[in-house]
Amino acid sequence: MSITPFNIPIIPKLKRETILSLAKRGTRIDKRRLDQYRPIKLTLGVAGKAHGSALAEIGNTKVMAGVKVEVGRPFKDLPEMGVLNVNVELLPLASSEFEPGPPDENAIELARVIDRALREPGVVDLSDLVLIPGEKVLVVWLDIYVLDHDGNLFDAAMLAAMGALLNTKVPGYEVREDGSVEVTGPPRPLPVTKRVVSVTIGILGNVFLVDPSLEEEVVSDGKLVFAFDEGGKLVGLQKSGPAWLDLDRAGPAFNLAYSKYKELLDVLEKSIAENSPK
Amino acid sequence: MSGKESPVPLLKDGKRHDGRGPMDLRPIEMKIGILHNADGSAWLKIGKTEVVAAVYGPREPPMKGMVLPDRAVIRCRYHMAPFSTEERKNPAPSRREIELSKVIREALEATILTHLFPRTVIDVFVEVIQADGGTRTAAITAASLALADAGIPMRGLVAGVAVGKVQGKLVLDIDELEDMYGEADMPVAGIPTLNKIVLLQLNGVIEPHEFPQALKMAWEGIKKIHALQKKVLATKYGGEQ
Repeated sequence: MSITPFNIPIIPKLKRETILSLAKRGTRIDKRRLDQYRPIKLTLGVAGKAHGSALAEIGNTKVMAGVKVEVGRPFKDLPEMGVLNVNVELLPLASSEFEPGPPDENAIELARVIDRALREPGVVDLSDLVLIPGEKVLVVWLDIYVLDHDGNLFDAAMLAAMGALLNTKVPGYEVREDGSVEVTGPPRPLPVTKRVVSVTIGILGNVFLVDPSLEEEVVSDGKLVFAFDEGGKLVGLQKSGPAWLDLDRAGPAFNLAYSKYKELLDVLEKSIAENSPK
Repeated sequence: MSGKESPVPLLKDGKRHDGRGPMDLRPIEMKIGILHNADGSAWLKIGKTEVVAAVYGPREPPMKGMVLPDRAVIRCRYHMAPFSTEERKNPAPSRREIELSKVIREALEATILTHLFPRTVIDVFVEVIQADGGTRTAAITAASLALADAGIPMRGLVAGVAVGKVQGKLVLDIDELEDMYGEADMPVAGIPTLNKIVLLQLNGVIEPHEFPQALKMAWEGIKKIHALQKKVLATKYGGEQ
């Protein structure tokens, strides 16, 4: 059951007014332009025991992602496909608002939006992860760890997820004649066929704010998350939060997001280039 | 979107697998006031998809502290009956149902005049009786009817429908088969009298130029569904049809 958050602090209406009046003048409380991201950083290979990992930072927001690859069973209806599992933990150390416990609706929504944006365009080639069709396949566990919450978790989580997948080395599994599986060969890169990034737009009355910080998110009505592949195809979309959106403002919101996705893609490409053996 | 071939062609000579054209909705039936206990209720059938919605409240919060000083708290549950699907669905809430309960609640928060009922709770429960695609949008359409039946003031009725992409073409109101084997599913819900979108998601891949087109198609469907909502309310409560 989903319940209106009722234990949130009452936000001073003044702050909303301030952010709104600044936005009307084309600026923001941290002096950014309305379409400007905070500094973005992506570091690959941050967790040694993971098969792949990455840390994404957008301003003060920090999200880590780790990949573990294991041998498991395929889904009954997809016997010739590996399995991708995406999970998000909103860690209590990341914010005073987060409580320990199983993932709540916010963590589940975040995980499912990322999952869809990876799954639908086929970012990971799951058909390349089959050991014995219908019996044994590789299961990719993508765990997203939110370490510090200062707004825009979607874009940071997406970036960390993508970085971790591209950083993943799959152990060199081989199937023996008796059907057992052993690690014999050298590790190989996870078959990642596409790059996907997301662009989040905060909705505040009639104003759009790209990459909302936490203080902007708290006073916003909601946000729109757009996910794009490297070719600019729309591979995911989610309205999150109780905002409504004018029908004729959906196009401008899309165009705004579309004008920004290459920036995030550049960050992703750069960190991969820096990390690849020369 | 499963990556498998559809057992039947999804588009053939401009017709869909069930004979509909790209802009045709499935047949829709609606009823309100179908449950005795609830303050408001609705039943909706679109094609083979069938949902029941009930509203309780505004009422005392079930536990102390579950209140907001300036408006009502909304509790919303989207739930699928174990027998609503091909294979039995475990009745425990799945991650999908948890997410959908959230997006439906957030869609309804935009229309309910919650500030009129501070310190109360409004409950919206939707049960999917039969799932054949478009259950979340059917759930929202039915929930908004149940809210109206309960006499809860809203900025406007909410109606929803999904636009999909099958064999490279956008089509309105996709069913389960089209969802399963199509390229994209974009559920949209909105308040047509105010031109406000309250739910917007995309599962799948579309071209940038298809986004405004898909939204426009959804809005056509939403307006048609809204006309049916008004009709069923007018039949029970009178007023302009």
